Amino acid sequence: MAKTYPDDHAIWQLAVAHGLRPCPVIFEPVPASVLYEHAAYLIPGRMAHWSFGKQYQLLKTRYDYGLGKLYEMVVNTNPAYAFLLASNSSLENTMIRCHVMGHVDFFQANQAFSHTPKNMIDVVSHHADRIRQYEFQYGKNVVESFLDHVLAIEEHVDWDRPARRGFSSVANVQTPPEKSIRPRYEDLSPTTSAPSKSSPSRPLPRPTFDLLGFLMTSSDALEDWQRDIIGMVREEMRYLWPQLRTKIINEGWATYWHLRLMREISLADDDWVDFARMHALVVAPQEFQVNPYALGSRIFESIWQKGGDEALFLAREVEEDTSFLRNHLSPELVQAMHLFVAEREHQEIFVHTVDGKAVRDLLIHDLMHGGIPVISVDDGDFHHRGELLLRHHHDGSDLDIRYAEETLRHVYRLWGRPVHLETVVAERQVRLSCDQDEVTKATL
Amino acid sequence: MLPFVTDWSLQQKGPVDQRRHQAKVKEALSRQLGDLITEENIIRSQRGQTIKVPIRSLQQFKFRFDPWPSQRVGQSQAVPRVGDRLGRLPENARASDQGERAGEIPGVDYVEAELTFEDVEEMLFRELGLPYLENKPIARVVQPEWAFKDIARRGLMGNLDKRRSLRANILRYAREGHPGLGRWMPQDLRFKTWVPEEVPEQNAVVVAMRDISGSMGDFKKRMARLFAFWMLGFLKSQYQQVEVVFLVHHTQAREVSEQEFFELGESGGTKVSSVYELCEEVLGERYPHAYWNIYPIHFSDGDNWSDADNRRTLESIQRILTVANVLGYAEIREGGYSSTLMSQFSKLIHPRFKIVTISRSQDLYLALKTFFPRQEEGATDG
Repeated sequence: MAKTYPDDHAIWQLAVAHGLRPCPVIFEPVPASVLYEHAAYLIPGRMAHWSFGKQYQLLKTRYDYGLGKLYEMVVNTNPAYAFLLASNSSLENTMIRCHVMGHVDFFQANQAFSHTPKNMIDVVSHHADRIRQYEFQYGKNVVESFLDHVLAIEEHVDWDRPARRGFSSVANVQTPPEKSIRPRYEDLSPTTSAPSKSSPSRPLPRPTFDLLGFLMTSSDALEDWQRDIIGMVREEMRYLWPQLRTKIINEGWATYWHLRLMREISLADDDWVDFARMHALVVAPQEFQVNPYALGSRIFESIWQKGGDEALFLAREVEEDTSFLRNHLSPELVQAMHLFVAEREHQEIFVHTVDGKAVRDLLIHDLMHGGIPVISVDDGDFHHRGELLLRHHHDGSDLDIRYAEETLRHVYRLWGRPVHLETVVAERQVRLSCDQDEVTKATL
Repeated sequence: MLPFVTDWSLQQKGPVDQRRHQAKVKEALSRQLGDLITEENIIRSQRGQTIKVPIRSLQQFKFRFDPWPSQRVGQSQAVPRVGDRLGRLPENARASDQGERAGEIPGVDYVEAELTFEDVEEMLFRELGLPYLENKPIARVVQPEWAFKDIARRGLMGNLDKRRSLRANILRYAREGHPGLGRWMPQDLRFKTWVPEEVPEQNAVVVAMRDISGSMGDFKKRMARLFAFWMLGFLKSQYQQVEVVFLVHHTQAREVSEQEFFELGESGGTKVSSVYELCEEVLGERYPHAYWNIYPIHFSDGDNWSDADNRRTLESIQRILTVANVLGYAEIREGGYSSTLMSQFSKLIHPRFKIVTISRSQDLYLALKTFFPRQEEGATDG
């Protein structure tokens, strides 16, 4: 007696019948090497860089040694692409198809994704082609080390604004007055001392969080192909940013729905047991961290219990991780899920508190801005010498200073003149400065 | 749109970038070679055992928070109670933590490469060369070796030389006025065949000399030991047979066992000439120049007893240089001052006489490269 499982279309219809709004989904069963490759590049067909190769090796090695298994990879496009492991059982892939429906619906309906382009696979493959051309023109190593610099600050783009032409948000930052840097000693030469062209209404300095965009438009040290590469990385990161802000809610939504949809499918008894085991693995607690599948799906369950489908769909539409937890992670839920705040004393780790509010606040704190430090460009003409001043907006957590120093070296390469970063270390205002290869630290 | 590719083996982006990453790891490792060869856990490792080595240049730096904050949210199977002990931080996190406290470079999430002792050996030996190598014509044993060096018209099909056969075929038809490849005839075929080769055995002798006077401290001992370790390893990889003579000296020189050589530490003054004269004696009696490649090397801190003895040493060195491939003097010194011996030795300019100063463990690598440079310019015997 051969078991039958619903096909792609039946699952899609089941999802729609329950109120999900997935766009068409193309399922591709692939070997593990391909699935892990897509997972490493985050978008299939993206530009080549050794850092993706490093991630690929890591993921694949973990899989080869049975330490971690990725079930699927969904791309936020229309139609959506979902890659599944070809070697999975039909039952596993049925559950994963249901899970994918949750993700695809989320990409379509959640506000954070409202301005992500839906043809991103095409876009990144054009990017990859252009970068290959630049490699051909300027040399592989030249392009690679330039990408090293750009990727070091890839997260620092203007993620919460819709894409638009021009960079009005960028233009408000003070930049060196027109031609003050190049040619260098122009103002000393009487022949070029034409009356200043700078308009009296130059906008007041206002910080921008779009570091990549600012460098792309305002750096004096870049050639056109380099600005183009920054633009490409920026565009890809703006597309990926909503995913950084919705890790728990997105996985929670997909997990909640694979459970709910699977209950609607008639399965053989032994399949029910296998499915229960698979689901339990997905939501099992993890050591020293929170399992996003478990936390997210549990919160959605509680939302449904209180407000039914209406509240459920509203939450998936308007929330991102931080607001999701702030609005819906109740002290009772914290207690029911055995969440706690762990604290390190010397090298030992202890349960510090189980207080619901403390747990929730720490989780939200860690998820702020996708867990990435908020850095703004405060001045592009710092010291009136065309130097770059960045500011870390300190929210209680100090930066990893060594990493910040090394990252500044990359920014220096992109700006071409001294760069500074102001931050707070152990409650003291500190400025890191990088000139050439030297990084210095001063307490303000 | 994605093309409907079914042959997924064509999808090679990941593996290509992975190879690039691995190549970068290798590059980074060879830049770190100077540190690797003084790393105790590499030297003490068993053959075939892999060692994890942190690589410094492959981290991907970002603006990020401290990866080990003091507080973090967790989840447990059982009901958590305040004060429950959950465990210890992972090893690497501890190292980084202490590092930061101590104001050192934290070690967190270093890229780690897995290495075997053989990998390190291979990387190092690739950097080294044997200058002034001579075939000692009257070798002790001549071993016949077989080498595929000849081409024959008959032979075993397994040894068919396809390129040469093709050429013969094309040539034959070309001569007949038909350019291009034609029908195969038995006379087209060419076979690789072997000839016995008499390989003279290369022998080398290392005369390791060490100053065991009171002034040689722990660091100096360690450096001498490490240097000798890599030097012997290298020479053994180059010669079929390497013999080592261990000589130590303070005011008098004597021959000792390998173990004694590395462990001995005595007090007393230093008379360097004694050991060079003993070296001459050993070479003259047991290792005639005609049969052996000779590598004497001397480790000292350069505190010699008198200027008269320095001169006497120089004379002895001049004599040894007529027979030695390379004569090395490694001065191991922690302070910045210059020794009397060194100032005497610096005056002696001879292409086979190599002097290095080792004052930090990183210098060891440079010292090895000085003694065994890969390409020696003007390598004629002068």
